[in-house]
Amino acid sequence: MSVRRVMGTEVEYGISVQGQPAANPMVASSQIVNAYASSTAKARRARWDFEEESPLRDARGFDMARQIADPTQLTDEDLGLANVILTNGARLYVDHAHPEYSSPEVTTPLDVVRWEKAGEQVMLDASRMAAQVPGSAPIVLYKNNTDNKGASYGAHENYLMRRSTQFAEIVRHLTPFFVSRQVVTGAGRVGIGQDGRDTTPERGFQISQRSDYFEVEVGLETTLKRPIINTRDEPHADPAVYRRLHVILGDANLAEISIYLKAGTTALVLAMIEDGFIDRDLTVEGAVRTLRDVSHDPTLKHLVTLRDGRRLTAVQLQMEYLELARKHVEDRLGADADDQTLDVLARWESVLTRLERDPMECATELDWVAKLKLLQQYRDRDSLDWDDAKLHLIDLQYADVRPDKGLYHRLAGSGRIQRLLDDAAIEHAMHEPPTDTRAYFRGRCLDKYADSVAAASWDSVIFDLPGRESLQRVPTIDPLRGTEAHVGALIDRSDTAQALVAAITR
Amino acid sequence: MAQEQKQPRKSSQEETATEEVVESDVAERKEMIDEDVDAILDEIDEVLESNAEDFVKSFIQKGGQ
Repeated sequence: MSVRRVMGTEVEYGISVQGQPAANPMVASSQIVNAYASSTAKARRARWDFEEESPLRDARGFDMARQIADPTQLTDEDLGLANVILTNGARLYVDHAHPEYSSPEVTTPLDVVRWEKAGEQVMLDASRMAAQVPGSAPIVLYKNNTDNKGASYGAHENYLMRRSTQFAEIVRHLTPFFVSRQVVTGAGRVGIGQDGRDTTPERGFQISQRSDYFEVEVGLETTLKRPIINTRDEPHADPAVYRRLHVILGDANLAEISIYLKAGTTALVLAMIEDGFIDRDLTVEGAVRTLRDVSHDPTLKHLVTLRDGRRLTAVQLQMEYLELARKHVEDRLGADADDQTLDVLARWESVLTRLERDPMECATELDWVAKLKLLQQYRDRDSLDWDDAKLHLIDLQYADVRPDKGLYHRLAGSGRIQRLLDDAAIEHAMHEPPTDTRAYFRGRCLDKYADSVAAASWDSVIFDLPGRESLQRVPTIDPLRGTEAHVGALIDRSDTAQALVAAITR
Repeated sequence: MAQEQKQPRKSSQEETATEEVVESDVAERKEMIDEDVDAILDEIDEVLESNAEDFVKSFIQKGGQ
């Protein structure tokens, strides 16, 4: 009934070694992570603890056999790739051939923005630090999802949900929402088709970076046959109480309002699903095809066919969810609704209303519209066709994380894209954990007792204490414990890890 | 009677004046928008990677999740 929920995001960054297109991306990604780790780690580097990971657990109730899984699905095998935990509670590591930043657990959409944007700055600092290593070529990072040559990499969202909610209900009500939410959350892309080769005139731009890479409606995979609803069931919390909804179809957004609305509106819809509040069937005919068709029409006129025969635009379909969400908040919370929930509802409505009138009215808020506006200005001035390399370059460079080169940063810096947070707030979040989840405990331990932390993960911190034969594992199975309110004073007065562990286990 | 004839003439003069103001407003605004577009494109021209074709061709990624 509100936007509050345990959430987090993971972004794989595009990586390119300047002047060396054939450079090994795994090596370059390791350089990025190692450079950041060496420059920021105070002492020994804690490793990632894989004990509780189960990437082959399926939300539909079975496990995939390891032998038939694609090697890229075995994310719980420690391949010796760089992997560190930061003092803000985030994880920075190499995933396949990309550096990835997984945000700490947070509880509000604005905090999703805060710690995801902090990740962009971590990546920027990491690339600057890597460049200082003698003899290394500069590495540039991109917050996007495709090379437009067939490869795609993800920007995932995670939402903690009640285990008691039927997975079939999640699939039923979330699929139409996901198919249509790209009109708000898309990052924009020059190129149609997985390899970008479809250059039909006037069909050169699409709303989403990711939509062309989805091939099935429901499934466990994330690297091939990508599903609209991913069934990975690895809650990193008590599995009897929670599931983690792992959302893989979103775009990597740079615009703060795009990120904010992505997390906020999805949280509202999940609250309705958990509450059994959605009283209508909005099932879309041919969801995979529709996902692409909606993305391919930046005029937002494409009509989506529902199973009940109705035909609506994606914006109108979003308005159905908005109307339900308004009722849900009104019904369950009334005057007690919190400010951020009301703000998400108001912005969602405002954006949808203007998208329906003229998408360009959202050019200072949403990534895909800001990007399209810039591309259109170039097309008008220089009479460029959609297959012109310059337009593809603008698409790529929009996502460059460097403030002087990245076009998002140039637009935001000159006030052409609105922001929700200032630089100081984001800088703070690079180092400090959220105070209201277990990320607080993890981050503070890494900061204060770096020497004594042998490993950590979402659901544990493992200490190596002098005079103790075995490692001491402190489980953090409940995401809403280990907060500042729970352990802030305890950590403040524990000068050493021994004192902390003694106090916890007493 | 004379007065009655004067009234409309006066108001039609005013109308013309207002229209002129509105037109010049629009022109000014359009000029400002054009200038703004020029400014942003000039700014971005300066930071765009120099050889677009080579750059785009060499941006090759391995697939991820």
